[in-house]
Amino acid sequence: MSSAARLSLFLIVLSGIAVIASLWLGPVPLAHPFANDAATHTIVWDIRFPRALTAWIVGAALGLSGAALQGLLRNPLADPGVLGLSGFAALGAVLAYAFGVAALAPVGAIGFALAAAALVVALGWSSRGPASLVLIGVGLSSLAGGLIALTLNLAPNPGALADLVNWTLGSVDGRSLNDAALAGGLLVLGAVLILIAARGLQALTLGEEAAAAIGADVTRTRTLVVLGAAACTGGATAVAGVIGFVGIAAPHLVRAVSGHDPARLLIPSAITGGALLSLADLAVRLLPTDSELKLGVAAALIGGPVFALIAARLASRSVEA
Amino acid sequence: MSALLSLSSMSVALRGRAVVRDVSLDIASGEIIALLGPNGAGKTSLLRGALGLVALSAGSASLQGDAPHRLSARARALRVAYLPQRPQSIWPISVESLVALGRFAYGAAPDRLEGVDKAAVEEALAACNLTPLRSCRMDEISGGEKARAHLARALAQHAPLLALDEPTAGLDPAQALAVSEIMRSHTAKGAVVFSTHDVGLAAQTASRVVLMRAGSVIAEGLPREALTPENLQAAYGRRGRLVEIDGMLVSAFD
Repeated sequence: MSSAARLSLFLIVLSGIAVIASLWLGPVPLAHPFANDAATHTIVWDIRFPRALTAWIVGAALGLSGAALQGLLRNPLADPGVLGLSGFAALGAVLAYAFGVAALAPVGAIGFALAAAALVVALGWSSRGPASLVLIGVGLSSLAGGLIALTLNLAPNPGALADLVNWTLGSVDGRSLNDAALAGGLLVLGAVLILIAARGLQALTLGEEAAAAIGADVTRTRTLVVLGAAACTGGATAVAGVIGFVGIAAPHLVRAVSGHDPARLLIPSAITGGALLSLADLAVRLLPTDSELKLGVAAALIGGPVFALIAARLASRSVEA
Repeated sequence: MSALLSLSSMSVALRGRAVVRDVSLDIASGEIIALLGPNGAGKTSLLRGALGLVALSAGSASLQGDAPHRLSARARALRVAYLPQRPQSIWPISVESLVALGRFAYGAAPDRLEGVDKAAVEEALAACNLTPLRSCRMDEISGGEKARAHLARALAQHAPLLALDEPTAGLDPAQALAVSEIMRSHTAKGAVVFSTHDVGLAAQTASRVVLMRAGSVIAEGLPREALTPENLQAAYGRRGRLVEIDGMLVSAFD
């Protein structure tokens, strides 16, 4: 068995343990999550299971998008959060909520994620180093943040405002199986598009021109990955709000174990993202805080320093080279 | 049989600046063509234009009878293997995985090679003396080894035409000669066009040289006939000549 396959297997087991632990552990102590009384059934299957499933799917979608975008842009700092895809997806959903058409939130999230992905790829395609691309992402994220703030600023009533703020912090609290199905469906769609482009990502290891010279259709690869990452990120953000850093952390963890081939990173990164977010959500549920820590906040608290570490390591490596 | 590569009055302009002007050239199987000329003479742009990697501003190019930009990327990769001047391996994959990317156009998965694909990669690794380094990561090997790995990738492509942009840049004399031998042995299967700043190596290796300056061809022909002191002076702006020492051709500039 290859190291990537062993890693995937380990992470699937870890994900399973995290999900089962999520069913068992929580504010209401349960003797046995599969006990046959009505109360336990409601808590486990109507509340905890949809939440745990949503957390895993959102993490997987972000991990997969991160790995695919890093391969496409040949940049280890790419990730849907850093590049502004998540911010734009959030903006799309916020606008839908603010205009009173909550049903259109997923459409808004996906549409805006797609627009941001197209913009990043158009602006960052020929950028040479990691820095310029991240700067483009920072610009787009700030723009999305500003526009979200503007929307909140002009929010029609305080109730709507509180909902919107809560939502932008990122959480899977109280999510239903419908939410899981929406994010899951888009994850499957995005994964299909991205996996079709996997060989193209391998070719791009040589750079754009040499990839074309060995026979890769670079335009097709770019289109598929952008659409796939937008579907994954749009779906994840539509149900869970903004959750950063899973997309950047997951591929890096996988690379440490199973090498740098961008095609072989994809599925293990998705499973890693799922496992990471399942564990993070379990942690925020078990932390003895008065009001529950938001998952997006926890991800940023852990992910921010991890991102800085990776960036510092890359910087020192490029100085040596 | 039609030429492997045929350029007819080809011109290339980059951002409005003409970098290749009115070049005509035919390359048939069995030939090795060396592109010579100072930095900025248009050697790289000539190769990129010929391969359809950059648009032509005038004239035409054909790869075995078809315009390169009308061929799919895959069809083009089956006719010509291209080694860029500064080949990249953005992710530190293994030498073997990099060479296996040469089989991309055949639909091979670099990590699960079989049959012809596997044999082609083994052969390319052996030809470039890389078999012992096959599992090394691309960021763990020397500059010369990296250059050989990228050359092996181009060889593994099994295209009849090899287009190599400065394949010996940064290589020591022994390694440069090894590359020259690899090019010569490729003539049994097709042709080679390469650019270089090593006038002596070009004269020793090539069946024909093309001397360029400011985008135009100023001399073309057999190495000894085209690389005259006058032509070298015209191309490089310095007095230079090709001399033979112990049967080896070397260039000297003053």
